[in-house]
Amino acid sequence: MIGYVGIDVGSVSTNLVFIDDGGIIREAIYLRTQGKPIETVQRGLKELDGKLPSGTKVQGVGTTGSGRHLTGVIIGADAVKNEITAHAVASSLLVPGLHSILEIGGQDSKIIILRNGVVSDFAMNTVCAAGTGSFLDQQAGRLGIPIEKFGEIALQSKSSVRIAGRCAVFAESDMIHKQQMGCGLPDILAGLCDALVRNYLNNVGKGKEILAPVVFQGGVAANAGMVKAFEKALKLPVQVPPYYDVMGAVGAALLSREAVARKGTSRFKGFGVADTDYQAGSFECSGCSNLCEVVEIAENDRIIARWGDRCSKWSNAIRPEEKIS
Amino acid sequence: MRVTFPHMGNLHISLKAMFQTLGVEVVVPPPCSKRTLSLGSKHGPEFACLPLKLNLGNFIEAYELGADTVVMAGGCGPCRFGYYAQIQQAILKDLGCALQFIVLEPPQRQITELLVKIKQLAGSRSWWKIIQALRFGYRKARLVDEIERVALRSRPREKIPGSTDAAYRQALDLIDCASSWEKLTAAQEKAKEIMDKVAVDFSRQVIKVGVVGEIYTLLEPFSNLYLERHLGGLGVEVHRSIYLSGWVNEHLFHGLAKGMGSGKEARSASYPYLRHFVGGHGQETIGNAVRYARSGYDGIIQVFPFTCMPEIVAESILPDVCKDFGVHYLTFIMDENTGEAGMVTRLEAFTDLLARKKEAKEALSS
Repeated sequence: MIGYVGIDVGSVSTNLVFIDDGGIIREAIYLRTQGKPIETVQRGLKELDGKLPSGTKVQGVGTTGSGRHLTGVIIGADAVKNEITAHAVASSLLVPGLHSILEIGGQDSKIIILRNGVVSDFAMNTVCAAGTGSFLDQQAGRLGIPIEKFGEIALQSKSSVRIAGRCAVFAESDMIHKQQMGCGLPDILAGLCDALVRNYLNNVGKGKEILAPVVFQGGVAANAGMVKAFEKALKLPVQVPPYYDVMGAVGAALLSREAVARKGTSRFKGFGVADTDYQAGSFECSGCSNLCEVVEIAENDRIIARWGDRCSKWSNAIRPEEKIS
Repeated sequence: MRVTFPHMGNLHISLKAMFQTLGVEVVVPPPCSKRTLSLGSKHGPEFACLPLKLNLGNFIEAYELGADTVVMAGGCGPCRFGYYAQIQQAILKDLGCALQFIVLEPPQRQITELLVKIKQLAGSRSWWKIIQALRFGYRKARLVDEIERVALRSRPREKIPGSTDAAYRQALDLIDCASSWEKLTAAQEKAKEIMDKVAVDFSRQVIKVGVVGEIYTLLEPFSNLYLERHLGGLGVEVHRSIYLSGWVNEHLFHGLAKGMGSGKEARSASYPYLRHFVGGHGQETIGNAVRYARSGYDGIIQVFPFTCMPEIVAESILPDVCKDFGVHYLTFIMDENTGEAGMVTRLEAFTDLLARKKEAKEALSS
């Protein structure tokens, strides 16, 4: 089997997929990043290598997510692309005729509007992380329910209670207040879903024209309570695609297929990357008053990449990488 | 008297020249850095906007270098900036930094109000000397702005990555070091030569983006996480709506120097979206967005500091403007965060979108 690997390194999860030459998803792995992107990617690669039949050939690798540059350097990526483009590419392949993508991840949320198969508009949350996965996670933790059960419990609600949605701090204090008043847990959770959807549509959606078909993806799409709240607010059916939680990785794999088709060869370093020793470190450059935080990535004690310096003194000191993102 | 002032982009080049011509000793604060930001946010009120914090940091750092007098602009109207000089003075006093403040308020009626303040700084120096100093400083401001404009044009087209930035720094240094009118003329030519030497590829397709928003975050690259440089790297030609010399001319000289791009045009272009002054540059933001949209720009980016009221008003009107003209916009709200990854992701996606739109439009029209 030959195919492409896509890796999405997000704040909360790291996802890896393997798609075959025809664009069919063969393997998908969802891992928690837990603040250790390099180790997680290595663990994921090892797992993926074990799952794939022997003799599988990786034709190309793409990375996306907030850790895309770091991961790209480590594994030798052919495409390093932002999440918006990756999500749009993946969804338009899996859901033909798609018009709107709602995406809520760990730290960010975005909306992508497509017309005729291309992105016509998008937005991402700006200053506020209220309504993203991390907040739901934290609230589930506070209420002592596993995050996987959140949606199920919310769906039991008969009438949701009103929770303030525009700020995580307001939402939390409202929830505590309603909880102390004696409101039931399902009603509070359903109220929280409504509040988050309201905040999303106001803060991210900002009056964009959301037309069917609508897909909802990203980790939060696992929450059935959120899906229902979206359907209620939009008065439209909302689909959750089968690989909703790894769509970014699927997009990255597809983009690497394009990139490799363009240049002919892949830069992928092989699954051996999983056993190579990498160190990431940072230091403050004292060359001028900018005091840049320079990040250094070393492979077996050899520096392979540096970034973060505004004057490029450090990043230019090593072999300049070909521009791939 | 050892005078210092807040940083705002390359403002220091112009102010330094002005004070030195007057014979006033100048302490240029160290450029805005993480330390400046840490000092400012430690001692500044939490709810204040980023410019207050950075400027406060500038003053503390300048005080450490021996400054004893702060010269800064004041302001009036609904933006909180007008009140910052007083707040900063009170904070510095509590910290035990003995700094005297001279606040240059925009003249309400005529330029003489400003001249009185300047006389306070200049002491016994003649009016002739003062006018010379103002002219010299203003000329430097215009030259610096011109270098910035050239850099914005060549950055997306440069053949060697980073060559524009290197030339830009060199050119600014030349202007900064010129100590007389004649030397400045020579420096001007040399700087132009340096900027022209940057190898550019004018056949390259670039995307054009207009940047609008609050003046401080537009002019101080540290506060906008080097937005213009990131855009240039992504192959975007940036046009900035506010330049230092234009602002000085309009607000301090009352439009004395003719033929500069003026805020008046921007304000009149803001009809019918925003019909009146909302403080700061809110109305200009809308007006300039309309002007960029009319001139066929591919996209508009708005930047402002977190909690900036005038720009929040403008932000809520921008979607309508952009919908009517069919252009795309992106808003960045700047605060203490110095991580650039989130911004780069949004910029990348934004340029991807604009590039595809442009391709589609050109395919249709050809």
